[in-house]
Amino acid sequence: MAEVKLKDVAKAYGEVKVLSHINLEIQSGELVVFVGPSGCGKSTLLRMIAGLEKITAGTLSIDGQVVNDIPPAQRGIAMVFQSYALYPHMTVRDNMTFALKIAKKSKAEIEAAVTKAARILQLTPYLDRLPKALSGGQRQRVAIGRSIVRDPKVYLFDEPLSNLDAALRVATRIEIAQLKESMPDSTMIYVTHDQVEAMTLANRIVVLAGGGISQVGTPLELYETPANTFVAQFIGSPAMNIFKGQITGTGAETRLRVPSGVEITSSVPSPAHLMGAEVEIGVRPEDLTVARGNELAFLDFEVEFTEKLGELTVLYTKPQEGGNPMIAKLPGIVFVDRGSVMHLTAAPNKVHVFHEGTSLHYL
Amino acid sequence: MNPLMQGIVTIFVGVGGCVAYFYLSNLVLDKVIFPAKGRHIGRNINRANKWRPWLFLFPAIFVLGLYLVYPVIGSLVRSMYNRSGDGFIGLGNYSTLLASPDFRTAFFNNLLWVVVVPAGSTFFGLLAAQLTDRLSWGNIAKSLIFMPMAISFVGASLIWKFVYAVDADIGLINALRAALFGSDPVDVLQIPFWNNFFLMMILIWIQTGFAMVILSAALRGIPEDTIEAAIIDGANPLEIFFQIKVPQIMPTLVVVWTTITVGTLKIFDIVYAMTGGNFGTDILPSYMMSFMFRDDGRATAVAFVIMLVVLPVMIWNIMQSRKEMR
Repeated sequence: MAEVKLKDVAKAYGEVKVLSHINLEIQSGELVVFVGPSGCGKSTLLRMIAGLEKITAGTLSIDGQVVNDIPPAQRGIAMVFQSYALYPHMTVRDNMTFALKIAKKSKAEIEAAVTKAARILQLTPYLDRLPKALSGGQRQRVAIGRSIVRDPKVYLFDEPLSNLDAALRVATRIEIAQLKESMPDSTMIYVTHDQVEAMTLANRIVVLAGGGISQVGTPLELYETPANTFVAQFIGSPAMNIFKGQITGTGAETRLRVPSGVEITSSVPSPAHLMGAEVEIGVRPEDLTVARGNELAFLDFEVEFTEKLGELTVLYTKPQEGGNPMIAKLPGIVFVDRGSVMHLTAAPNKVHVFHEGTSLHYL
Repeated sequence: MNPLMQGIVTIFVGVGGCVAYFYLSNLVLDKVIFPAKGRHIGRNINRANKWRPWLFLFPAIFVLGLYLVYPVIGSLVRSMYNRSGDGFIGLGNYSTLLASPDFRTAFFNNLLWVVVVPAGSTFFGLLAAQLTDRLSWGNIAKSLIFMPMAISFVGASLIWKFVYAVDADIGLINALRAALFGSDPVDVLQIPFWNNFFLMMILIWIQTGFAMVILSAALRGIPEDTIEAAIIDGANPLEIFFQIKVPQIMPTLVVVWTTITVGTLKIFDIVYAMTGGNFGTDILPSYMMSFMFRDDGRATAVAFVIMLVVLPVMIWNIMQSRKEMR
């Protein structure tokens, strides 16, 4: 039950600037996911909120109180670490109650908190075991339990699922989602590099790149109207196809000329001064369809490689200039020979247009 | 033959002998005893391979037997003979020892050493390891603390003889006493009972460096995130040290402790060089030395007592370090 506010927050190690101008307001009861490529500073930002890293500039406030110089334990936060960070010499019960014992809580209070957390996380049979006698998923639940017993204002998760195997990751992800539902008032900040986790768990996603915030929005906002080419290619898998084009008509809809010379329409409006501008056109692999009848095919797709997944088929071209192949995702099983050319198209409302990296939506 | 030539010849004979042994013994096994031909070729190859490990183990087993097992048994036998070694007296030497007040003093002092020195060395070593951990000049401090390890026990004793010297111009302790209280010099090595601790101080000084190096490595091996988790849980530095760090390096602590214990039980040089076992500072090895070459029966009996005392510590030490390796 607390909102977290970051105002002009920055982090630098000596001369090296890691993060700058981070402005973000996280509402009470929200689950916000920080997502971004390795080295974008998402974990650093989380550790700054936790108090494990000093804030170089700007202010961080939790629940209306500036906490820049308040030690971690008094910020009302709890953190779940990627590697669980369980105390190996303590039983599950001692791991979960360590913070309460340090805080000199009464025995009855501690017992009640542990019993409740163990019931929520189904850890009751394991309370007297050492962490090494638990499976990865159970260890992660203990780490979460250690947070719950403290009843913090803000939960911080630092890539909590990345040490689990694929099946367990899905199961634990659902458990975290259910946990959030059972505690609607608690604020959670969750760091991951896995966009599926971000899309499924988040109320809002914060995409970090290059030491700053690239875009903040609900998962579907990021998917449907990415603010720039980075977000467009980061959210969604496989990544959005981007190719060059030129604006040939502006207004409520935009006319574009694609490399093949064909003119297509995008439903994104464009200002008049961009007439004739060189732009980047983005179409998601799943939005590409085979042109039928009198539909205007604008992409001559020379198939180099196919992946048949049963429910859908992923088609790749040879790498274009820039290094990435074009990718198309067609429903069902599609049989095509290598080297054959498919004529693909996309609906106008699925065509994204970026001018100098920024989406026309956000100009 | 001059010594240099002797050395070179020894090296050639030794290395050559080893190579010849392994080559020829395998040759004999494969060609003569179980030849890989004829009717039983398969069986012979299997048998040869079953015997081969023993060929390689034999030199080590033989040398260990000759230089470790035989002396132990030999000592046990010798400790049951009288002074001149020609009359069997059973446990006579042992009962004489038990009756001797000097032996009991030495035994008691040895117990004191075994309690105080490992505790002191481990404590100071842990302290030094923790305090120098994140210092920019920590490595210099560590090198200085480690340096006494390189000094022989007798050398260290000589250094400390200066520290304890009964002269305010030489002895550090008496200089301090003179400067602070204007007292006359005393010989700390002659203060009954406490002089034991002044001797132990020397060994603690030497062993602290050892404990520090091992424990420092162990402290670095503690996962950083468990410490961060404890910080978030609200533990203060002392609580983190005693409740998070120390329990995680407990196996290493035990190994360091027992290793120093074993080393302490074997200490002889320090007492011999400092007091010669006088003024009630005798310990078992120096007590043993006082009988050596005069009554070998009693001396070996003392040696055997020392071995019996060291053995359990030794076994525990090996068990712990194996556990740590796992």
